[in-house]
Formats: sequence, C-alpha cells, structure tokens
Amino acid sequence: MNFAVLQFPASNCDQDAIHAVRRLGHSARYVWHKETSLDDADCVIVPGGFSYGDYLRCGAIARFSPVMQAVKQFADNGGLVIGICNGFQVLTEAGLLPGALVRNRDLQFHCEHIFLKAVTPDSPFTSKIPTGKILRIPIAHGEGCYFADEETLAKLQANNQILWQYCDADGNLTETANPNGSLLNIAGVCNERRNVAGLMPHPERASEEILGSDDGKWIFESIISAVQAKQAAKAA
Amino acid sequence: MKAKIIITPKEAVVDPQGKTVQSALGHMGYQDVAAVHVGKYIEIELVPGTDKAAAEQALHAAAHKFLSNPIIEDYKLEIE
Repeated sequence: MNFAVLQFPASNCDQDAIHAVRRLGHSARYVWHKETSLDDADCVIVPGGFSYGDYLRCGAIARFSPVMQAVKQFADNGGLVIGICNGFQVLTEAGLLPGALVRNRDLQFHCEHIFLKAVTPDSPFTSKIPTGKILRIPIAHGEGCYFADEETLAKLQANNQILWQYCDADGNLTETANPNGSLLNIAGVCNERRNVAGLMPHPERASEEILGSDDGKWIFESIISAVQAKQAAKAA
Repeated sequence: MKAKIIITPKEAVVDPQGKTVQSALGHMGYQDVAAVHVGKYIEIELVPGTDKAAAEQALHAAAHKFLSNPIIEDYKLEIE
C-alpha cells in the first residue's frame, strides 16, 4: 500500500514516519504542502514537528496549506488519515478531528516514554493492537493537553471515539500517568466516521527494537490491515 | 485605521500561564489578585479609507475562523 507523508515548513518527523512504514514493507512518499493532489495514496500521515513555527497556535497556519484541501477531500471520501503530534494539532485546527490541544498543564515540554492503552480495537488505527497490550511510546510536546467541551467529551465517549489514553505500566488511568493534563487522559481520538485519527505520542519513534520499543508498529499494522481488507473487498 | 483583537482563553480551559503569573504576582507582594488570564493581542493596520463596517465584518469572520480557536478561546475586536 501507499502512504503519503505531508511536509510543511518545519515538519520534522516526516522522515521517521516514512522510515517506519517502509520498514514494514510498504511504499511511502513525501507530499509537499503546496501540492494539491495525493495521487494514489491509501493513507495520509500528517507528521510531527513545528509546522510554520507553531505561530499563532500549533497547526493553525498549516491547515490553510493547499495540500490540506486535498486531505479534507480524501477524508470525505473515506480515506485513512492519521495525525501524529503536530499532525494531530493540524487535524483539530482543520476541524477534521474534535477538540483542541493546549499548553501542558505544567508548562513544560515533555520528551519521554509514556504508557498508552488502546481504548477500543474498533478502528482502522487500533484493530491490530494485541488485546490488553500496554504500549510504551515516546511523547515530545509542549502543547498536548487535550481539551474539548463537556458536550463533545460525552459524544466522544458515546461514540467510542477515544482511541488511546495515557496510563501507568499496568494500564491504570491515573493522574500521574497523564503527562500533560489531558481531559480523561486522552492521548488520541478519531472522528465519528472512524477514518481520521490523531494522537500526541509518536508511534513512528517506537517502531523497531533498536529504538527501545517497537510497540508503535501495531498502529501502522492496524492501518495496513484496514487498507488491505478494503482493497480485498473492492477486488472481490 | 487599526483593528485590535484581544484573544483570551475560555473560562473552562485550564490556563497554566495565567496561574503561574498569578502565583508570581503573589510572590511579589500583590495580594489582591483574584485571577490572571494570559492571552494574545493582535493589531492589524488597515489601508487608509477602508470601509469600517465591511472591515469589521471581514475581521470577525477571520477572528472566528483563524485568529482565534473558538473551542478554547474568546476574542474581542475593536476598530479605531
């Protein structure tokens, strides 16, 4: 399958994302933010970084890039889109995902491994994560505190849209396991249609043992499996 | 003519910057501070002769869509 990895000025996790999915045996290419087409992409990765210097608000300017129109259309047609870290911020600013990311509650930039659990296997981004598996994946952000109003949070819970939550090594959702003050320990969510997701942790930085953890690969394996199932259904 | 836009965090959003500044003010001896909210100030210079009503309408749209994020922020717009 083909991954498209967006590049904005000051994206800096684009190469890591390309490396992670190529390593799993799939093709991936960069798509510069001024491009207006995603060609034959099966999944779009909006990578981490500091797009446009995080000016105004993280992701606020990137969402107006020409490529984001193509991403919106791709998502409207049911294509899979995943935003990682700054990519998550871009997708919330673009209105493709609910909520917003604000300053970490302690005002510190957190660069560390955290524990993460998938709340549900019912999504193209979590289906292959082994049941009960606690993922050990790094975070690296200053503005990753997830916020949504009460009505939105209730809707996220009712629709099972919370995909990942910060937890301790045993899977407990504690306050101390929450690195940034996110409401309900939310690390990542998906849209109502379940084809667009975003998360603050970096699965691409934990996709092979040499990096200290390969837990992140389960997220990419989930995407690959979902796309392959879709292609098989189409061919049948 | 200038447009002045003040953006502040919504009440429901935790404002760690405001809390930190409030605490620092307390350390400096300001005891009567009930709350501090840290936001942004944007000044937009308009071309002389711009129609004020039209500019106000356009900038409200821009403030809502781009300059502020209505999920987490409120804004006030003034043109003078």
